[in-house]
This record gives sequence, structure tokens and C-alpha cells, in this order.
Amino acid sequence: MTLKEIACRNLLRRKAKAAFVLAGLVVGVATVVAIISFVETMTGDINKKLEKYGANILIVPKTENLSLTYGGISLGGVSFEMKAINESDLSRVEAIKNSQNVAALGPLVLGVLEINLKKVLMAGVDFQASKILKPWWQVEGTVPGESGILLGAEAARLLNLTPGQSVTVKGHLLKVSGILRPTGSQDDQLVFTRLKTAQSILGKKGQISMAEVAALCKDCPITEMVRQISEAIPGAKVMAIQQVVKGRMEMLSQFKKFSIGISGVVLLIGSLVVLVTMMGSVRERTEEIGIFRAIGFRKSHVMKIILLEAGIISGLAGVLGYLLGLGATQIATRFFHQGQPVSIPLNIELAAGALILSMVIGIVSSIYPATLAARLDPNDALRAL
Amino acid sequence: MSTIVGKDLTKQYGYDDSTVYAIKEVNFRINTGEFVSIMGESGAGKSTILSIMGAMNAPSSGKLVVDDIDIYDLGKEQRADFRREFLGFIFQSFHLIPYLTVLENVMLPLTTVKISRKEKSRMAGDALKWVGLEDKRGRLPSQISGGEKERVAIARAIVNDPPILLADEPTGNLDTKTSGEIMALLKRLNTEGTTVIMVTHSVECSSAAQRVLHVTDGQVYEPN
Repeated sequence: MTLKEIACRNLLRRKAKAAFVLAGLVVGVATVVAIISFVETMTGDINKKLEKYGANILIVPKTENLSLTYGGISLGGVSFEMKAINESDLSRVEAIKNSQNVAALGPLVLGVLEINLKKVLMAGVDFQASKILKPWWQVEGTVPGESGILLGAEAARLLNLTPGQSVTVKGHLLKVSGILRPTGSQDDQLVFTRLKTAQSILGKKGQISMAEVAALCKDCPITEMVRQISEAIPGAKVMAIQQVVKGRMEMLSQFKKFSIGISGVVLLIGSLVVLVTMMGSVRERTEEIGIFRAIGFRKSHVMKIILLEAGIISGLAGVLGYLLGLGATQIATRFFHQGQPVSIPLNIELAAGALILSMVIGIVSSIYPATLAARLDPNDALRAL
Repeated sequence: MSTIVGKDLTKQYGYDDSTVYAIKEVNFRINTGEFVSIMGESGAGKSTILSIMGAMNAPSSGKLVVDDIDIYDLGKEQRADFRREFLGFIFQSFHLIPYLTVLENVMLPLTTVKISRKEKSRMAGDALKWVGLEDKRGRLPSQISGGEKERVAIARAIVNDPPILLADEPTGNLDTKTSGEIMALLKRLNTEGTTVIMVTHSVECSSAAQRVLHVTDGQVYEPN
């Protein structure tokens, strides 16, 4: 007969009580595992989507002048007379170490033109890349061909142009193919056309004013991407759009904090279930504990029996809780992916963490009941019957 | 182990006006190998004396000296060690663990002893054989009779070969025939060298003892 055997026998005898404690811990652990797995999966998913849609790195020409514009308002005149970047230099970005992290590279050429007696800013862009860099664009009409232009909402209003109408710009006949729905950004005031068309009209063949990059930064920090692109194009200034990056990180961080808070509450409830059930169990076993003490068990022996019982149940709860949590994550992520099966890999660290967490909670919650049991006076315990 | 000496043992409950004395200034001496019976009416203080002897109930004053060691000078854990190594207990209501088999109940005092399971099983088997219940080793307490439970309790009390056996009303719940069988076992134990101290209110059972200590209103008398 060993203390472990006594603990196991008691658990088998009081199956309902053991099952109750087990259920409490399993639900707690499963909830934590499900939340962590779900958050990890969704975070990765959200991060990927966020990084894929919208630029987070800008490549601009190096300049010695400070910017005279703020929030779209220019003070002291706008100057575009800065050194341009060679379009051919952009191909070097494809050769950087983390080129697979570049989701989209969108060159941009800018110039001021006069249309219908009004000065407007023309932007030559790669409309394919714009699908990733500017996913919020909604075009009423079509994306322009070689001789077409796409007007920002405000530009269309001020120029009094509608789709189908044509304008002549520096000898080039351009047809309005579509109008952007209002974006609330400076894009509303621009006239867009294909990069080659704009380069031809503006007399900037082979040159670009800037480039936008959508970088996937899950496995590679954005600073490293900026460094690699800077090395590839030494004549350009490469910078991360801090607000974009930090905004995303802040959002994901809030999401994670919330999930940790919920997990903490669930675990607290689980530990209270263990505590209350074990206290009840100790009270029911007053006679038994009295016998143990009377025949010479030390306090440490009695405590060991109670803690062994808690350890066995919580170990089992850790394993079952992990598996249940994983299953719940599968169901939840399938729901968010419109019924598509989602592969959630077995996370050894999470499994080990779930087991350890469950055992720590089970054993720590049982310390007080175990102490009470150990302190039972054998004479009082036996006389109480 | 030579003698058990009680010196001016007092056990009181409550304070000042509400003080109740379970026993008051009790003195006794029990020598090695004696079979002593402690008799008295219900509430006289018999079980209190036995529990004090069993190192489970600290007296309010006085000393219990076993082999020149003041037992209640020892710490609680040392007293637990003393009970494990030197005492065997037979409780009034058997107090067998219901979810352990007969053999496992007998092995219980050996749980914390550092010997192999095989050795523990052998010792428990020998104890069951001694009380004539070897064939019941796999049964649960709920599957045996009252007399058999008492025998299992005796086997558990002697499994580690203690020099002193304390029995609290060992025949209290048994019929006359079975009581006789149990008393025979206790006498046999005593013949083999174990000091037996038995609390009883049965005159018949008491007659098996060499000495009788009478307890009345918390006081001990020994008729010559």
C-alpha cells in the first residue's frame, strides 16, 4: 500500500466527485487553450490580411529639403522638383533576402497638369499592384487602359467630368474610364492613369516619384525589410509607415489582452471549483483521515494523499482540456472561414503549457484543503462519529 | 519498551465556571507484557485515558511517560512516529477504510514504512493468517461480518508487531460467541509478549485481563 494507491483508490471510489472536479478543470483548460489557439490563428490571419492590403513601406527619393506640407495642407508652396528614382532600380527589390515577404510593389509617378483650365495632380500607377495597395478603392466605371484616366471623386466634381468624356492633356487625348468613390484621402483629388501613360505625358520616361510596398512582416520585422530595400536602392529613402504598423500592432495587442483577461477569469472559476470540491471531500473523510493519523501518518503524508488526488485529476484535465480546446478552435475558425476546413497544427508548447497550468491550478487550489486535512486532530476526528 | 506511567493526568474542557474534568489527577503504572483492562460506566473517562495513552490526546496537565520518555514533550509529528512504531490500535467501531480490501486495510500502518510492497503484503498476509482470515484478503469491509471486521482491525493493529496494543471496546458491537473469540485472540497476543490495554464495560471481557483499573468520575481505582 502506498500513498499513491490510497489516492487512486479514493478517486475511483468517489467517481462522481472526481468527475466534477475533472469537468471544472477540463472546461477551464479547454477555454484557455481554445482562446489562445483561436487568437493565434486569427491574429496570424488578420495580420496576413492587414499586411497584404495596404502599403506599410514607402520608397521616396532622398532629399535635403524638409517637407512643407502637413495633413494635406501645403505651406510655402509645393515642390516636386526632387530627384526621381529610376524605375529600373525597383527590380532590385525582387532580389533582396526577404523578397518573398513583398506582397506588392507599386511605383508611382507624380506631376502637375492643367485640365479644363484647372491645375491637377496626375498620378501614374500600376493598377494591378493597386488592388493590394489600395483595396478600399471602389471604381464607378472601369480601370483605365493606355489612353484612359480614373478620376478621384473631388477631382471629377471640380473638373466637371463624367465617365465616357474625353480631355486633351499636353496633346494626349484621354478618356475618363471611371470615377473613384470618395475615399476620404488625398486620392479624391488626383487624376490616375497608367504608369507608362503618365511617364509619357509628364516627360518622365523610366522614372518614378515614389513607390509603395506592402510587406508581410510576420516572420521578418519591418525594420529588417526597410534595411534590405535601402541597401538595394541606395539612392532612395526607405521608411516604414509607423502609424500603419503601430496601429495594427496596437489592435492585435488589445485583442490579445482581452483574451488573456477572459482566460484568467475562466481559470479562476476553475480553481474555485477545485477548492470547494476538495474542501467538501476533506470534510467527508474526517473518519478516514483520523484513522490515518491515529495509526501514525504524519501531516505530510495526509497532505500528500490529497495533493496526489488533485495532481492525478488535474493532469488528466490538462490532457483532455487541451484536446477539447483544440476541437473547439477548429469549430470556431471554421465558422469564421465560412465552413472551410482550417488546419490547426498540434502545438507542443501549448499542450505542455496546458498540462502544467492545469496541474498548478489543481494542486495550488488543493493546498488549503490538504492543510485542513493534515491539521485534523486524530482524537477529535475519530470522536466526531 | 518497559513501562507506561501516567502521572497526575488531568483532562479538562472549558474554563472557569464551565470547566468539566474528563479525568483528574490520574496515576497508573502498566508494566511490559501486562494485560490490563480499564472498566467504568459510560462517560467515566475510560476512552480519555486510552486516547492519552495512545499519544492522541494531550492532557491538560500531568505526564505520560513511556520508557522514561515524556510522550507529550514530543512534537505532534514525533508522536505520530511513536504511534506508528510502538502502538497498535483497535478502535471502537472497527474504522476500516471502506474502499480498501481486507489485505490493504491490514497493510495501512505499513504505508509509510520504507519496505517493498512484496514484504508489506507478506506481513499483512501473516497478520491475517494469525487472526484466521487469510481467505478473506480480497474482500471489501462491506463484504464481511462484524466479527470478521474486528479480526481485520486486530490484524491491522499487529501487522507491524507493536509492543503495545490499545483496544477500545473491541467487543462492543459483537455477540457473545464472537466476543469470546476476539478475547481469545487478545489473550494469545498477550501470551506472545504484547502489552494489551483494553477499555471495556463488559465484566466478562474484563475477566480475561490480569489487572483491572476502574474509572469512576475521572478517577482511577485499582482494587487489590
